Amino acid sequence: MDFTFSEDQLLFQESVRDFLVNEITPEKIRELWETDSGRSPELWSQLAELGLTGITVPEDFGGLGMHMLDFVLLAQECGYVALPAPLVHTAMVAVPLIVNSANDNLQQTWLPKIASGEAVVMVGLEQNIFVEDAHIADLLILEKAGALYAVEPGNATLRANESVDLSRKLFVVEFDEAKADKIAEGDAAQSLIDAALNGGALGVAAEALGLAQRMVDISVQYTSERKQFGVAIGTFQAVKHHMANIAYRLEYAKAPAARAAYAIDHGQDKIAMAVSHVKLAASEVANLAAKNCIQVHGAMGYTWEVDLHIYMKRAWAYASTWGDAAFHKQRVADYVLANDAKLGAGNTF
Amino acid sequence: MQLEFTAEHQAFRKEVREWLAANVPAEPLKTFDTEEGFQQHREWEKKLYEGRWGMITWPEEMGGRGADLIQWLIFEEEYYAARAPLRVNQNGIFLLGPTLMEYGTEEQKKKFLTGMATGEDIWCQGWSEPNAGSDMAAIRSKAELSDDGSHYVINGQKTWSTRAVWADWCFGMFRTEPDSQRHHGLTFILVPLDLEGITVRPIPQLDGLPGFAEIFFDNVKVPAEYRLGGEGEGWKVAMATAGFERGLMLRSPARFQETAKRLVELYQANRESADRDPANREAVLRAYMDAEAYTLTTYQTACRLIKGGKIGAEASTNKIFWSELDQQMHATALSILGARAELQPHAPDAAGVGTWLDGWMFAQSGPIYAGTNEIQRNIIAERMLGMPRK
Repeated sequence: MDFTFSEDQLLFQESVRDFLVNEITPEKIRELWETDSGRSPELWSQLAELGLTGITVPEDFGGLGMHMLDFVLLAQECGYVALPAPLVHTAMVAVPLIVNSANDNLQQTWLPKIASGEAVVMVGLEQNIFVEDAHIADLLILEKAGALYAVEPGNATLRANESVDLSRKLFVVEFDEAKADKIAEGDAAQSLIDAALNGGALGVAAEALGLAQRMVDISVQYTSERKQFGVAIGTFQAVKHHMANIAYRLEYAKAPAARAAYAIDHGQDKIAMAVSHVKLAASEVANLAAKNCIQVHGAMGYTWEVDLHIYMKRAWAYASTWGDAAFHKQRVADYVLANDAKLGAGNTF
Repeated sequence: MQLEFTAEHQAFRKEVREWLAANVPAEPLKTFDTEEGFQQHREWEKKLYEGRWGMITWPEEMGGRGADLIQWLIFEEEYYAARAPLRVNQNGIFLLGPTLMEYGTEEQKKKFLTGMATGEDIWCQGWSEPNAGSDMAAIRSKAELSDDGSHYVINGQKTWSTRAVWADWCFGMFRTEPDSQRHHGLTFILVPLDLEGITVRPIPQLDGLPGFAEIFFDNVKVPAEYRLGGEGEGWKVAMATAGFERGLMLRSPARFQETAKRLVELYQANRESADRDPANREAVLRAYMDAEAYTLTTYQTACRLIKGGKIGAEASTNKIFWSELDQQMHATALSILGARAELQPHAPDAAGVGTWLDGWMFAQSGPIYAGTNEIQRNIIAERMLGMPRK
């Protein structure tokens, strides 16, 4: 039993955090809001140079050959800066799907290009109806009637939908199966779809943990500086307890994220429960963070000017994406309320 | 990361399970808040000691097994799964024991640890006073060192001492420097409760049983060698104890996992009536997830400690998390029980479910003892998040 991340994993997290915090400033995010695509090809190249776009691409295809457990810490850092680029989707959904598809052609054509940053592949599932970043995708992998198709963007119609979080680019995508390559159907497709959904849900859950931490950090700083009644408002217990209430829930959502990543990497039979658990816990704490952090900012929190809303709106968006709360609660129920459920002490691992 | 138990750990689990299966009393013991139950639990402690299961993390020469924290968690999992008796000497073995190992002299360790492990000496705590609750640094009970340095003379009053009614010893903090302020000038002293001048007055708790007590000290002479740590260093020694209390030792994840499991069983057995309120199903799932989160996080902390890490202010998150979870689980059970929720355990129509009411009442104490949850929130805000104190 060793429930700790390795030195290497933690060092990698630190270096990625340093890069992201320096590069993805609130100003940078606001600049991208003003652009047509909302995306920065330069940023994507930088991420590729760091090996991040190909982090889960096998080494044979030019990637780093890492796993969910390696990336789950980095996904938290992506959330911490509200990264306006589909890195988590790439590493935890698109690449694993292509790798697991056992489709040589798909792998050879796309994995090296993803690793090098030349191509973006996005995945659309019926459970997650709005396809992220379809407008910059070089290939779309889409679910339709229980099958998965590889679709050239030129053969698809995109209907853009603006999100509360202007950094999120969402599309309803329609396509004609006749003009698409069917890459899986039946059980094979279902297992790829399930894995993609689990990867996506874990990804946004991990990001939500980072978002909650960011909102806390912003608010601790603000309440330590803002004075009323002659003192910093952060000295008031009412304000402290708003922050503490986030911190202790956040503390208890981190280990479940690591466990879910581990379960996926090791093909354990509790993947669905483990992923849904952390998705629910992380969404809840991120929403609590949003609620309490806007409150301690007072009227400033309700403005466009203060950066808090960048992270708050992302947290709101993530609560219902990659499976909404009802979906994930049902999956936990399927596990807990099963006739042969293994509950109680000694059944966690 | 390696989330599997080693063959050695699995063998250990098997050994614990077998011993408990052979030794846990078939009939549950009476509660240790009654005199008869207290003695039954004392006997049980002796039995654990004889099997070298009393305190497995202690070194072998002190009757333990030198077990690591993972073995400790495994032991607790088996212990709660076997529905073994609660530990009447938890203040001694879980709190004072580790503090003694850190601050005690060799003689003190020899004298106190064995008696504690065998159940011969049951310990209670002497922290709170009528005017020193959450504000522990407001302690006023005095201990004056005699001129020849041979003993302290203690005067004052302690309160909320759990299990003090039938306990043998008390450990606590006393003011040894007359005009000292706050956390200065306090000394940690171990006091036999049968000394002349001590009066223990039981306080009936929520269920009417004398689970805690007030202790009055009237010129009580305590040998100076019962001081733990240096004169005036009481606060430092006490903080170590409070750390153990809030940290790993006091509330094992296994306890809450077993409650969550029983809650799922209760829900399944009453599904038809429970599902009339969708909130019940949701609360049952939440109980399971939170118990799971508590377990995972505790294992993660234990692994970090094994690798040389330290418990910091995040120990305060632990106290809030489990105490709120305990309340939530019992509230859910009462909600599922409907009209039967208010029945005392011995009421004929409460058969098999009345223990939820007892648990609910006990759960009310969780957010209060060992430092109220409001104090814990202050600690999290100031020491973990770095918010300003003033």
